[in-house]
Amino acid sequence: MNLMMLLEMAVTAMGDRVALGPLDRGITGNRLMGDAAALAGRLRASAAERLVLCDEPGAVLPVALFGAAWAGVPYVPINYRLPDDGLRELAERAAPALVLADASSADRLATVDGLDIVERDGFLADPAGGAPAAEPGDWPMDPDATAVLLYTSGTSGPPKAAVLRHRHLVSYVFGTVEFASAGPDEAHIMAVPPYHVASVSAQLSQVYSGRRIVPLPKFDPDAWIDEVRAQGVTHAMLVPTMLARIVDALDRRGETLDTVRFVSYGGGKSHRTVVERALEVFPAAGFSHAYGLTETSSTVCVMGPDDHRRCAASDDPAERARLASAGRPLPGVEVSVRCGDGTEADTGAAGEIWVRGEQVAGEYSEGGSQLDGDGWFCTRDSGHLDEAGYLWVHGRNDDIIIRGGENMSPGEIEDALLTHPAVLDAAAFGVPSREWGEEVAVCVVTRSPAPTAGELRDLVRARLRSSRVPARVEFVEDLPYNDTGKLLRRELRRRFTADPVPG
Amino acid sequence: MVELRPGARFQSTVCATEVIVVKGTGSAELTCGGAPMAAAGSAERAGEPSADASEGTLLGKRYGDDGETVEVLCTKAGEGSLALGGAPLAVKVTKPLPASD
Repeated sequence: MNLMMLLEMAVTAMGDRVALGPLDRGITGNRLMGDAAALAGRLRASAAERLVLCDEPGAVLPVALFGAAWAGVPYVPINYRLPDDGLRELAERAAPALVLADASSADRLATVDGLDIVERDGFLADPAGGAPAAEPGDWPMDPDATAVLLYTSGTSGPPKAAVLRHRHLVSYVFGTVEFASAGPDEAHIMAVPPYHVASVSAQLSQVYSGRRIVPLPKFDPDAWIDEVRAQGVTHAMLVPTMLARIVDALDRRGETLDTVRFVSYGGGKSHRTVVERALEVFPAAGFSHAYGLTETSSTVCVMGPDDHRRCAASDDPAERARLASAGRPLPGVEVSVRCGDGTEADTGAAGEIWVRGEQVAGEYSEGGSQLDGDGWFCTRDSGHLDEAGYLWVHGRNDDIIIRGGENMSPGEIEDALLTHPAVLDAAAFGVPSREWGEEVAVCVVTRSPAPTAGELRDLVRARLRSSRVPARVEFVEDLPYNDTGKLLRRELRRRFTADPVPG
Repeated sequence: MVELRPGARFQSTVCATEVIVVKGTGSAELTCGGAPMAAAGSAERAGEPSADASEGTLLGKRYGDDGETVEVLCTKAGEGSLALGGAPLAVKVTKPLPASD
């Protein structure tokens, strides 16, 4: 198996279609195949053992992904937003490597040994760089070869490299995408950065389904909206912070986006209020909420458009609340919620989320496979399954608040706070307490008329129970997120730990 | 007989067809064009599909048995048609997948 099977099938059936860029002058599937062959030849002629990509979303992405697969070397997208030291450290770990980079990153990496750095614009003009192109069909078919190395976002500790093998990603596509299913008018706007697993899965899905990719180099809500209009974009994938900012910008502009038929969001906690507003500003779109991890080749659970419509229209509060769930497992993926002792949790009871399936890699270059003997992977997220089989994700296990021996999920407290119409965003986390070990603290972003701390405490007490009532309530301008939209509760905890709760 | 498991790839020995197993495990009599299929890349093509098994395979289509125990995806199209244990495999009606990206 090789990712190149996906491109080969697509080109066989749809080689003349524009695969990336504007309809009138974009890159066709045939051209993408040719450029990937050129890059594969260049990699084979070099000493590179990996292909590093250090760039924004752009035309170079699929050439790099498929060219690396063709040559049989891992594709390693790294975060160009890292400070110099961090960026160089990741590149050093990948050496010897061929690096495709924007001009600024190319300069910053110039001092690292073992890198052959090629600036992106020059590369796109001449992908072969003087080397003979690879021969049609001569990619390696070892399903266990490493296709992609992704440095996980490292909300805790130094980044680890998650290993995705060809069989994981090919299984994901064959299991979730229908071949050549996109109409010739369909286009997907790609704003998620290349070092996010969703960029990898989205590239593969678009190519295989025949949908044109419209890359957006720098995410900005207004630029995104303008590009959607200019390019007739029909499909979008966003992390929740991006969706929230786009919804705000559309509100401010007094506009709706009628060409968009499908919006997928995931990769962090999304708020029901944002989703409900999004349903209004994308009147023609079906919404899909995906839950997945880098280590699982992206999505393992999805709340699809039909689920969204049914839940949004339901009079049943339990059904309506499911808008905030992660949906149900993909075909071929199993989900199990387990208690601390490894037994299956009861329906509705919180525990650790475990997943199993052909696409589940669960492996790091540093620590090897993390799968148990039966192929299950512990996500380190906590959550529960409801009576209809919908998965609710409460948050990272590391974020669980332990107050007087009682485990509490920050997500549950945040969801309760967000039911207040003036609460725009909320974060709950544990802070040290002499009496309880940990005590609940919350930071909230509000609009006026803002509720008082007392009202918010009453709200949590009424919806949950008294042990969940926050000892500390802080009103803040905004909450810290990393650049792929993950809420950094750990950072808030650090900020507040220097100043402990009295008692 | 071939050993089925998700991800296993097989080629026709009488036409250009190649498939990958999406669902199903265990020994099976998988044929294309009336002749047993072989592990992909392991066999030379010899002969032609038999007349009663030459309706062809379609690129990217999923084929399954009536009992829904086996599903294979056509990764290269050819002139032969697929069968499992002598029973033709039919193109599966596409049920919309829960697209996530």
